[in-house]
Amino acid sequence: MNIHEYQAKEILAEYGVKIAEGGLAYSTEEAVQRAREIDGDMWVVKAQIHSGGRGKAGGIKICKTHNEVEAAAEELIGKKLVTHQTGPAGKVCSRLYVEAGTNIAQEIYLSLLIDRSAERIIMVGSAQGGMEIETLAETNPEAIIKIYIEPAVGLQDFQARKMAFALNLDTSQLNHVVKTIKACYRAFRDLDVNILEINPLVVTQNNEIIVLDAKMVFDENALFRRHKIAELRDNTQVDPREVAAADVGLSYVGLDGDIGCMINGAGLAMATMDMIKLAGGEPANFLDVGGGASAERTEKAFRLVLADTGVKAMLVNIFAGINRCDWIAEGVVHAVKKIEMKIPLVVRLSGTNVEEGRRIIAESGLPIITADTLADAAEKVVKARNEFVAQVS
Amino acid sequence: MTILINEKTRIIVQGFTGKIGTFHAQEMIDYGSNVVGGVTPGKGGQKHLNLPVFNTVIEAVQQVGAEASIIFVPPAFAADSIMEAADAGIKYCVAITDGIPTQDMMTVKNFLRRFPKDERMMLTGPNCSGTISPGRSMLGIMPGHIYIRGNVGVVGRSGTLGYEAADQMRLLGIGISTSIGIGGDPIIGSSHRDVLEQLEQDPETKITVMIGEIGGPQEVEAGKFFKEHMTKPLVAYIAGLTAPEGRRMGHAGAIISSAGESAAEKVALLKDLGVTICPAPAMMGKTVAEVLAKM
Repeated sequence: MNIHEYQAKEILAEYGVKIAEGGLAYSTEEAVQRAREIDGDMWVVKAQIHSGGRGKAGGIKICKTHNEVEAAAEELIGKKLVTHQTGPAGKVCSRLYVEAGTNIAQEIYLSLLIDRSAERIIMVGSAQGGMEIETLAETNPEAIIKIYIEPAVGLQDFQARKMAFALNLDTSQLNHVVKTIKACYRAFRDLDVNILEINPLVVTQNNEIIVLDAKMVFDENALFRRHKIAELRDNTQVDPREVAAADVGLSYVGLDGDIGCMINGAGLAMATMDMIKLAGGEPANFLDVGGGASAERTEKAFRLVLADTGVKAMLVNIFAGINRCDWIAEGVVHAVKKIEMKIPLVVRLSGTNVEEGRRIIAESGLPIITADTLADAAEKVVKARNEFVAQVS
Repeated sequence: MTILINEKTRIIVQGFTGKIGTFHAQEMIDYGSNVVGGVTPGKGGQKHLNLPVFNTVIEAVQQVGAEASIIFVPPAFAADSIMEAADAGIKYCVAITDGIPTQDMMTVKNFLRRFPKDERMMLTGPNCSGTISPGRSMLGIMPGHIYIRGNVGVVGRSGTLGYEAADQMRLLGIGISTSIGIGGDPIIGSSHRDVLEQLEQDPETKITVMIGEIGGPQEVEAGKFFKEHMTKPLVAYIAGLTAPEGRRMGHAGAIISSAGESAAEKVALLKDLGVTICPAPAMMGKTVAEVLAKM
């Protein structure tokens, strides 16, 4: 789960890291008010969306006067920002963070994440902050410092010092940096964080160490024990179809194609989408209905897939293990009748009670196209989609 | 002999008396697996499915000689159950539970590493469908009837995609020695590589199949192991050609977060390592048949 920059900074501040003075605003008036509350002659108005690359997308404005703050806020509130991470659909900004301007002397990159191969937390740093780490990894990999942390003993002071020295920081800043790194590690462990990225961590001209931008991604599987974090979820930043799916316990990812999919199991879902692509089509979504696909659940899944009005054909692919094909078939027949589907539907059933399932589909009298194998299903749905498109246009 | 389990392996079920544990324990018993009891803390001394219930895993080891365990404990307590099994001297553990926090699994792996290698419990999962040696023993939640006995060793992250592979092979008359689900989570007990190491040593296995997906470096690490240490052929399919970067595709671990983690990149790397690539998920059975025909 992602949270906003200001939320990540507030959490880190509670752990003792230093952040610039700032405040949250939902409107232009509030933004100006926040700026008035902050002393100084420079403010930064930052669009709060769940994405990196906001600066390049025009989501971060440096302002010298309150009038400029007003103009920046006016422009950003309600604006759809498109970054390299949001995809072409972009994300709407409905919150602003107004922050005191910082005189930057040096920018540093610092992150903590879980290394899947090493099965440990890895701390990554670079003296070339502000740049994206992926870019740096390609252009200048030796500028990246990596330190592995043993989960049983935790981050040690010498490791934090090692990072600080490797970042070429002045010895006068050593204690501050060590304190910042240790605070980040504590937050990472305490709150079940998957990714904590500070980019940049800055040394100011007054020789202070400040977290200027922070990203935190939390483990969805651990939210059951992190209630305060779970409350920070901002569903305006998530595809509404995915929110609707999560509400009914389904796993859905919206894509750009026009063949809707309903499949049981994440691996089989990905594989079925691969087959659609290989057959010349493009999937509209990933949807895993899971193990217990009841009639009610099947209907909800159908509604979810068909809520995407761009869908031109739909494929149901179920390999019944614990499930039974006859139950699935009944669910499908029920859903199709209730929803009054207008687009072609291909159903492929396999596994437990498959003959019974196929019989139910055949005897329903509904115009459902059936398929025996994965390849057959993908070919039929792409053909049905093409015929449907030709027919309506 | 099969790897990991056979008809004699003495199995216990952790989370035995719960709804899911009960259902699958019965399925395993019906398949012929040698289930000797279960563990539910606080219910020790009772009988369930005509088998003894124990409070702790160590009691099950001491009293009924438990060697393997399968875990259906809810996510919040599952890591603890895995460590209890390892501590009690269980040799092989399958964790079915989906939704265990990643940092809990980090703790589990750290705990397991403290044992000397020859005394260390082998763990597969979590978030997997289990292990089956067809006709002998099933330590999992798969539909046993789609697997026939044979010489193909299968390792895969996904449950239903593994069923699809088994079914395609069955329709061509190709059987399986052992099929192992390793699970879709970011940190898991055994990797593709760990399982291939076992299959390479298994005299019953003549050819190996790896069913991978996007995310993480695992499949490529397994490919390197194949190139350097394996004598048996390896057929691989990688799911997720259409998966966009940075999006979690159902499995917690199925996310492309850095270079080399997309399906296309993994396929290219595996090809370079000499792995036989199955180009489409509908061709898993056919590709295996072709490799078998050349042997």
